[in-house]
Amino acid sequence: MDNHALQALIDALTSLYPPDRLLSKAGELAPYESDALTAYRVRPAVVVIPETQDEVIQTVKLCHAHKVPFVARGSGTSLSGGSLPVKDGIVIALNRLNHILKLDPRERIAVVEAGTINLDITKAAAPYDLYYAPDPSSQQICTIGGNVAFNSGGAHCLKYGMTSNHILGLKVVLPDGQVVRLGGESTEAVGPDLVGLFVGSEGLFGIVLEITVRLLPRPEKYHTLLAAYSTLEAAGEAVSRVVASGLLPGALEIMDRLAIQAAEAAVHPNYPKGAQAILIVELEGEPEEVSEETQRLEQVIRESGAYEVRVAQDASDRQRIWKGRKSAFSAVGRLSPDYIVQDGVVPRSRLSEALAEIKRLGEQYGLRVANVFHAGDGNLHPLILYDGREAGALERAEKLAGEILDLCIRFGGSITGEHGVAVEKRDYLPRMYSETDLDVMWRLRCAIDPEQIANPGKMFPPGTGGNGVVSPVAHSTNLHPLDQAGIISRE
Amino acid sequence: MIHIESIEDVQRAMRACAHVLPRGGGSKPALSVPPPDVEELDLSNLKGVVEYNPGEYTFTARAGTRIDEVQALLAGHGQYLPFDPPLAEHGATLGGTLAAGLSGPGRYRYGGVRDFILGVRLVDGTGQLVRGGGKVVKNAAGFDIPKLMVGSLGRFGVLVELTFKVFPQADAFTTVRQPCAKLESAVAALERVYLARLDVDSLDLMPGEGGSATVWVRLAGMPGVLHARAERVRALLGGGDVLDGTDDFLAWREAREFTWVPPGWTLVKVPLTPGRIAGLEAILDPLQAQRRYSGGGNVAWVALPDTVPAQRLDGILLPAGLAGLILFGPAGKVRIGARENEVFERRVKAVFDPAGRLPDLA
Ligand SMILES: Cc1cc2nc3c(=O)[nH]c(=O)nc-3n(C[C@H](O)[C@H](O)[C@H](O)COP(=O)(O)OP(=O)(O)OC[C@H]3O[C@@H](n4cnc5c(N)ncnc54)[C@H](O)[C@@H]3O)c2cc1C
Repeated sequence: MDNHALQALIDALTSLYPPDRLLSKAGELAPYESDALTAYRVRPAVVVIPETQDEVIQTVKLCHAHKVPFVARGSGTSLSGGSLPVKDGIVIALNRLNHILKLDPRERIAVVEAGTINLDITKAAAPYDLYYAPDPSSQQICTIGGNVAFNSGGAHCLKYGMTSNHILGLKVVLPDGQVVRLGGESTEAVGPDLVGLFVGSEGLFGIVLEITVRLLPRPEKYHTLLAAYSTLEAAGEAVSRVVASGLLPGALEIMDRLAIQAAEAAVHPNYPKGAQAILIVELEGEPEEVSEETQRLEQVIRESGAYEVRVAQDASDRQRIWKGRKSAFSAVGRLSPDYIVQDGVVPRSRLSEALAEIKRLGEQYGLRVANVFHAGDGNLHPLILYDGREAGALERAEKLAGEILDLCIRFGGSITGEHGVAVEKRDYLPRMYSETDLDVMWRLRCAIDPEQIANPGKMFPPGTGGNGVVSPVAHSTNLHPLDQAGIISRE
Repeated sequence: MIHIESIEDVQRAMRACAHVLPRGGGSKPALSVPPPDVEELDLSNLKGVVEYNPGEYTFTARAGTRIDEVQALLAGHGQYLPFDPPLAEHGATLGGTLAAGLSGPGRYRYGGVRDFILGVRLVDGTGQLVRGGGKVVKNAAGFDIPKLMVGSLGRFGVLVELTFKVFPQADAFTTVRQPCAKLESAVAALERVYLARLDVDSLDLMPGEGGSATVWVRLAGMPGVLHARAERVRALLGGGDVLDGTDDFLAWREAREFTWVPPGWTLVKVPLTPGRIAGLEAILDPLQAQRRYSGGGNVAWVALPDTVPAQRLDGILLPAGLAGLILFGPAGKVRIGARENEVFERRVKAVFDPAGRLPDLA
């Protein structure tokens, strides 16, 4: 990195931002050094905290003029290192760009700034009996900009789709400072789906300023059922039965024994005693329809061998069931000082097989693995427990995490269902796509961001590009790929 | 015309021809009639379902596979294509439907074709075979190239294989049809349904003679409660006839197959929002067009008599900030009206088709 360029950029930023919104002291930078992939930290040169879209645009223009890399940051809850800073780059923290610009119940849309918290959209829409459907477990803190960058999911993807299925339009500042609008306000469109391409681009195509989301009418009735099983396989088998029954539940979630233990320790959801696995199924919609579907569901669950079945009697019951599930990631912190949250997808019909294999791998590595997952989507979230103070433990856990990804690929699934590739999985992307496929993606990245200043070092493995077009963070030593890339240091 | 039998055929054609235009079933003539000096690639023989596992809610098929064949296969397992592809009976193919970005009235419930495409294989403008997305219902790895193909009209590549997500088909359907004397009251009725806490399968509005309009609401689900649910819809609409069985089926077939469009007329897709229906109606008035609003008022299908050139609609849509896509009618400039900023699209085009072999039906 050219220090003059960086200094010139910082000088320019100083006239754009007041001192309290341009952070450069070590103490101020510390909270921005990592995201929820906490094993990795990088100190950026500065953090800026824009309050207006124009400040973001000016900042990107300056970065482009000085060829200094930038990383957009929402709430920093990325689990794959998406908002990990770049050394000698800047972080653009978007939490204050959080205005709901328009909420039009008649058109069932909202236009929000990128730093708006996911749940705040639903809160704003609630008076009209509308809501924003995608509900990552982090929805109380994560931003819609982060959701767009990662095409985030949640517990209701099977029926409602991911973030991408709910985004109608975007206003974006491209890495060269140009502002473009993609999409519009309708669910229908003419021309290539550029919004679709942008969602999930992990910050590599520039910074999203404004997002038009579609809102859905709030389901009138929920039927939330919790079934306890004495083996994890039986719970997996129950999912296949539900799917085969022709029902389309809003959510189909499984937690295994270790995950249940963690949830009990943290939020006391009071799940059935002795369960090796619990299955949460939620039907939702018009009351008449839900009550018909309930009968079918209850028969399927009875036949699936559940030893205890509970049905939420009211909203607070329902909330208690979901609280245990949604807090599972953080709750695992009660069981272990450190853990890795993995995210992979297998074909649903191979869930049981995959879980058995994960169990075997855990035993082989001498590590405990808790499983919480979106069973309806085949989207696994193995939580690998380790103690970072133990020499070599992190490396072992990472190796196990890697083996789980290999398993997902082998089974015909994906290395990520919703947490993204970013830093954590960039070395695995070439195992999922051919050289040609990756080359096209890389050239897309370069066409949109020729200087490679928007979130460099993410998604693509170091060295991608070849022929002299080397990612600015690529170096080669014998260290861990991330250390090699010069973008991380360990705690 | 080159008859394509294999993916290699597409690659060869791409390397041999200066300009190509892929064609599936030819059900959208404005999109599939080649201009002079453009080689047409007939993909209707690049067909067949490659993989289908009902338990996964996914299938993979060659791009030239006819939609109606897929529908028959899925129906055998109680499943269907929730985006309700139009023109299936006219021979529409999977590839053509995705490239045109078209969904039918049933898209109202769970989403359009963009919401159900999971993976693609395509031959880009250099003849390379490129894969994007995956074969499982959830996948966040890499850029979402499958979505980019939606509505791309072949600009970025010739689609050769597609993977879609499917859903279980509802057991039964019923439709409430409410004729309103005035457009405004029909729009207001549509908006009430749009905002209600109901699970509506399809929601259309069709203007008729003398300023009248009819609202169509379809419900799908468990047979035992359909009529009770229809009563709630009737209460919102202020009445309406209930159509079951064949009547229900035919009502939606007319919408999906565009049998309401007189032969020889031009058909244009115009995305909008329900709040803009009245405005569009007003500016269309001089054109003697026939219209049908679908997807809860998120798309207008506008049919123009052959005496009215599509350019006139272009001139009307542009100032209104609306875009259009011509499906039936003269080939040529098929994207009319407003265009979003093209910087982004041009950069993408340069990646997939540096030599400009693929169509630019702009
Ligand atoms: C406890 C917990 C539970 C979680 N549960 C889920 C879950 O259920 N489902 C799920 O999918 N994820 C989940 N996540 C992951 C995470 O919350 C999501 O990835 C979320 O979308 C990140 O949002 P953020 O605002 O924190 O973004 P950040 O972490 O700040 O950033 C994420 C990425 O987005 C980019 N970015 C941020 N804002 C913009 C913008 N405006 N324009 C362009 N790029 C931008 C960043 O550069 C980065 O690459 C969970 C995380 C935690 C910690």
